[in-house]
Amino acid sequence: MSERYLFRGNHAIAEGAMRAGCRFFAGYPITPQNEIPEYFSARMPDYGGVFLQTESEIAAINMLFGASAAGVRAMTTSSSPGISLMQEGISYSCGADLPMVIANVVRGGPGLGNIAPAQSDYFQATRGGGHGDYRTPVLAPNSVQEMFEFPKLAFELAERYRTPVIILADGLLGQMIEPLEYTFDPVDPKTLPKKDYILDGCKGRERRVIRSYDLRPGYLEKLNFERIKKYQKIEAEEVRYETDHLDDAEFVIIAYGTCSRVAKAAVRLARNNGVKMGLLRPITLWPFPKKMIEELTGKTRLFIVVEMSMGQMIEDVELVVKGKAPVRLIPHPGGGIPTAREIWERFQQFREEL
Amino acid sequence: MRKVYHRPEGLTDTLMRYCPGCGHGIIHRIIAELLVELNIRERTVGIAPVGCSVFADEYFNCDMIQPAHGRGPAVATGLKRANPDLIVFSYQGDGDLAAIGTAEIVHAAARNENFTVIFVNNAIYGMTGGQLAPTTLPNMVSTTTPRGRNTKLAGNPIRVCELLNSLDGPVYINRTSVHTPQWVLKTKKAIKRGFEIQMAKKGFALIEVLSMCPTNWRMSPIESSRWIEEVMSKYYELKLFRDLTKEEK
Repeated sequence: MSERYLFRGNHAIAEGAMRAGCRFFAGYPITPQNEIPEYFSARMPDYGGVFLQTESEIAAINMLFGASAAGVRAMTTSSSPGISLMQEGISYSCGADLPMVIANVVRGGPGLGNIAPAQSDYFQATRGGGHGDYRTPVLAPNSVQEMFEFPKLAFELAERYRTPVIILADGLLGQMIEPLEYTFDPVDPKTLPKKDYILDGCKGRERRVIRSYDLRPGYLEKLNFERIKKYQKIEAEEVRYETDHLDDAEFVIIAYGTCSRVAKAAVRLARNNGVKMGLLRPITLWPFPKKMIEELTGKTRLFIVVEMSMGQMIEDVELVVKGKAPVRLIPHPGGGIPTAREIWERFQQFREEL
Repeated sequence: MRKVYHRPEGLTDTLMRYCPGCGHGIIHRIIAELLVELNIRERTVGIAPVGCSVFADEYFNCDMIQPAHGRGPAVATGLKRANPDLIVFSYQGDGDLAAIGTAEIVHAAARNENFTVIFVNNAIYGMTGGQLAPTTLPNMVSTTTPRGRNTKLAGNPIRVCELLNSLDGPVYINRTSVHTPQWVLKTKKAIKRGFEIQMAKKGFALIEVLSMCPTNWRMSPIESSRWIEEVMSKYYELKLFRDLTKEEK
């Protein structure tokens, strides 16, 4: 068995990113993710990469636009208000098909909100977030181990599909400390295949242009139809989820990230009380595990959506269930974290009302 | 017959969309000539702004990138830090650099990033049809100051060179113009200096170029040149503000 280390989530995501070949980090301090840029600033020199504390999140995301165009694996991290500022750059990066990784250690909102863990940026992350027709893959870790592993997966997806990828964590995942195993060998960026679109000077080839606009009539629509094909491929091939006790479940909790950890405990509590409860944990929030929910719809008496927001993911669930089964919500908007006992008690109320 | 004038290799064979008398074409040509003369065309990435010169990404015969409005200096920072072997220039207008992108240019200059900025100041928003720019002169008419820029209401113009000259970071700051042949030659010298400083890895250079916008100034090209000479260059003093490489000697 390989060695295990105690790691804070925010440190794990930074170490995981650099081991995944990230050689450019730009970011602006914001709680509860300050340990990420701090860790990058300490370790990036060892990896021979660039660390930059920027004047704003707007500058950070645009530095990624440049670094990604130059061909390096580039990442930024922030928390909710800062991610709002980055939406312009994310939209442009989607328009220019530039890969990059953006981690959002979500805190309570709207506005300055608070610094407690939250999941209230679900809509922003899964709907694109900025202006224009686009989507970004969204990965939702639920452990320090996954905080470490998801940057690598995110870079792979980002480069395979030439798109920004969002890692949607929350303040709890950022701050909590858990054992961690180094489950993959460090990636040497020099061994990665050279990209055929990057800007490295036009010596010996035609000049290249990276842009997000096309003013010629009809051309943007054509381009966007092409990009939709890419999104359809992602929806077909990149859905990831985890299940717990679903085989015989009559009642299904759907929860991601921190909530899925609590939900797992609630499932155990229910099972100990003789109730056939199971858990579906979406790992990719976009693409959303629609097929799995479709399959469950025929045999599930009740879906319970648990989220640290006012009811955002529940809309995706309802879009699939289409009224064929009852869907109930346990929301925690504004920094509250549900407990297993609370889910169990609310479930019993829901069941009585059926 | 002897060919005395031709399109430099630094420009693509594309019809430019600029208006008659506009200064962008002159400034483009200067940069294009320098890309060849300095033998840097094949390792250069140019950054096109948002504004009239958004189409610069079609005109320069080198790798080009077109980012969000005002963010050129941040994108240049990313490119150059990720690949220091590149030559990077950010071509920006007054709205791009001195309004929406003020934070990015100030901080890139403060960090003394090693790239070259060509800042084209024509005191007006050209692409969107003649609205107030951060550099529009007091009392000057624009489509959003139809009675002239009242500084009590619309604020005062920003002198970018003077502003950046208060920072320790930048290596080279110069303000020139393209309203006469003499000033075109001086501008070429200044931009050349900017590129040379970058090639020597010395740091940040910004060349502000006063430029004509006859269409939105509602003037003829000749009147526009005269207006720079008589009015605009009185407000925006044409001079070398800083060349730290000279002080080193």
